Amino acid sequence: MSAYSVTAPSRRSKLVAGALVLLYTVITLLPLLWIISTGFKTGPDSIAYPPKVFFSPSLEGYVNLFTSRTRATNEQLAEMPPPANWVDEIVRRRNEVITGPSRFGERFMNSVIIGFGSTFLSIFLGTLAAYAFSRFRVPLKDDLMFFILSTRMMPPIAVAIPIFLMFRGLGLSDTHLGMILLYTGVNISLAVWLLKGFIDEIPREYEEAALIDGYTRFQAFRKVVLPQAATGIASTAIFCLIFAWNEYAFAVLLTSGNAQTAPPFIPTIIGVGGQDWPAVAAGATLFLLPVMVFTILLRKHLLRGITFGAVRK
Amino acid sequence: MAEIVIKNLRKEFGSFTAVKSSSFTVEDGEFFMLLGPSGCGKTTTLRMIAGLELPTSGEIWIDGEEVAQKPASQRDIAFVFQMFALYPHLSVRKNISYPLVSQGMPKAQVAAKVAEVARILGIEHLLDKGVSGLSGGDRQRVALGRAIVRKPAAFMMDEPLGALDAEFREHMAEELRALHDRMKATTVYVTHDQLEAMQMGDKIVVMNHGVIEQFGRPQEIYDKPATMFVAEFIGSPPMNFLRFEGHVRPGNDHVRLGSVDLRVPVQHEDAGGQLVFGVRPEHVTLDDHASYRGRVIASEYLGTTQIITLDTPNGPLKARVPSGRVVNPGETTGLLFTPEKVTLFDEAHGRALKSALHDEGGARG
Repeated sequence: MSAYSVTAPSRRSKLVAGALVLLYTVITLLPLLWIISTGFKTGPDSIAYPPKVFFSPSLEGYVNLFTSRTRATNEQLAEMPPPANWVDEIVRRRNEVITGPSRFGERFMNSVIIGFGSTFLSIFLGTLAAYAFSRFRVPLKDDLMFFILSTRMMPPIAVAIPIFLMFRGLGLSDTHLGMILLYTGVNISLAVWLLKGFIDEIPREYEEAALIDGYTRFQAFRKVVLPQAATGIASTAIFCLIFAWNEYAFAVLLTSGNAQTAPPFIPTIIGVGGQDWPAVAAGATLFLLPVMVFTILLRKHLLRGITFGAVRK
Repeated sequence: MAEIVIKNLRKEFGSFTAVKSSSFTVEDGEFFMLLGPSGCGKTTTLRMIAGLELPTSGEIWIDGEEVAQKPASQRDIAFVFQMFALYPHLSVRKNISYPLVSQGMPKAQVAAKVAEVARILGIEHLLDKGVSGLSGGDRQRVALGRAIVRKPAAFMMDEPLGALDAEFREHMAEELRALHDRMKATTVYVTHDQLEAMQMGDKIVVMNHGVIEQFGRPQEIYDKPATMFVAEFIGSPPMNFLRFEGHVRPGNDHVRLGSVDLRVPVQHEDAGGQLVFGVRPEHVTLDDHASYRGRVIASEYLGTTQIITLDTPNGPLKARVPSGRVVNPGETTGLLFTPEKVTLFDEAHGRALKSALHDEGGARG
């Protein structure tokens, strides 16, 4: 029995609750299942009507995602040496030949660099700022905290045009650094506010004990405050990463050939002769993975992080 | 081991003055109590000695060195917090060894010292446990371990027993005092509990509103309170105050309350106006033949003694009398005061008037 229940739930209410949870799970997971399954369909299967629930799986979508191809006639194919591997085989079955790798790998790496880079920077700056706001007598502390919060009071995209112009002027357009700075700028206010709450919860006595024990202020911060704030840092990091990873509008506006991230790239995957839905779905599936893995790894912290500070001890 | 000298110490937080020009000396090896109600500046004083707050002005000398503006880590002081402040992510062993590791002491030596401290405190069996599962008393033992393992020049303790259960507090107080007697380390101890201060302290500083009201041995503070605040703060129930209009001159040994002459210690000062006749409840005796009279309002039974509350022409009064004595509410009785234990106060300044009570060896301390 759960420690929180006063009486054990009846069999019927358990059934009802179970059914509701199941229904909700189906509703939320269905689109996800659709995307993942489409990634393993062939082109014709992906646009079949009614949709095919059972189909023979194919890696066509993933192969197309990672390659550039061109059409070849039967005669041309006959003149070529036999297919070198299974990838070649899949492509040739549709009268195509591989001309080189696609740009998906690059775009995905851009997303990783920009997403994790801006998350790291937001957390690094946010933790230091939150610590200072939490522990020291900062002049105009309340006004500064409000100022930091106020940067989130309108949707960031509202300032898209000034940012576009500034980035062009500063040479930051279509650079990794520019995108990292931009996402950090958007995330930092959230990071400072969340982390300040977590650090406020850590009693000062821990640091004071460390100061007395012969550590400097910075050592006390690193060895005592940081381990205590790990939960808060982890959950803040997830929030920052999710934003930076999923951001679409600025990525479309500010990146193109060099620093383009995966979100604006995936919808532009066009196959030979029409939208290549299996490849798009394969890209979306791979794009989902990092944040999903990251969140699952840190989910214990996340749960604790959300309820942390809700109850005063 | 060290002597701590505080000179004109002052601390302001913005427009609020927490400590107003304190001066006192903690002698080497002394168990020294900073006593006062909450907000009186005692904890701020302690934190300034430890280096957790920097004073606005004044000097702090530890072992002959002026440290007022030095960081805590350079003062060779250990601090025991009310809420223990054990590092929650470390085991008991790691907590105790933390101050040694910061000094870069070799591992084998650290292990030996931690083992020795654990033996002294009787916590050997807890060394490999985490600190979060420990009881309050064990946590405070670990905190003490972390404090003594370094053999610092002095210990600062901020209400270390405040977070413990009442019954356990008594036991821990004895343990703490025994530990001090064994280690003979200079200790400055903050408390708001006057019983704790009397029980454990070699010397007590009583503070109120950032000002030192009195500084002395527990008996001195109890028997010869320097101010009305001290007289009221120390003792349970506190000293009785009978207010009267009058005048005393050097050499007087009587004061007149209404129509009754009461004997007091020989006075050394000239004072007049609103005066206060201060007498502790245990120095009041019920005697039907006495001419100063009061009406019994209530009695509280305390086992060996009882506290009688009376109404007198000069205000309410409590007397501590043997519990065998039968006293009925409503009856009027005569009151005798032990003359050599009486203190007169000047009410306007709240200050005790100098008398034979304050002579060296004059009153039985």
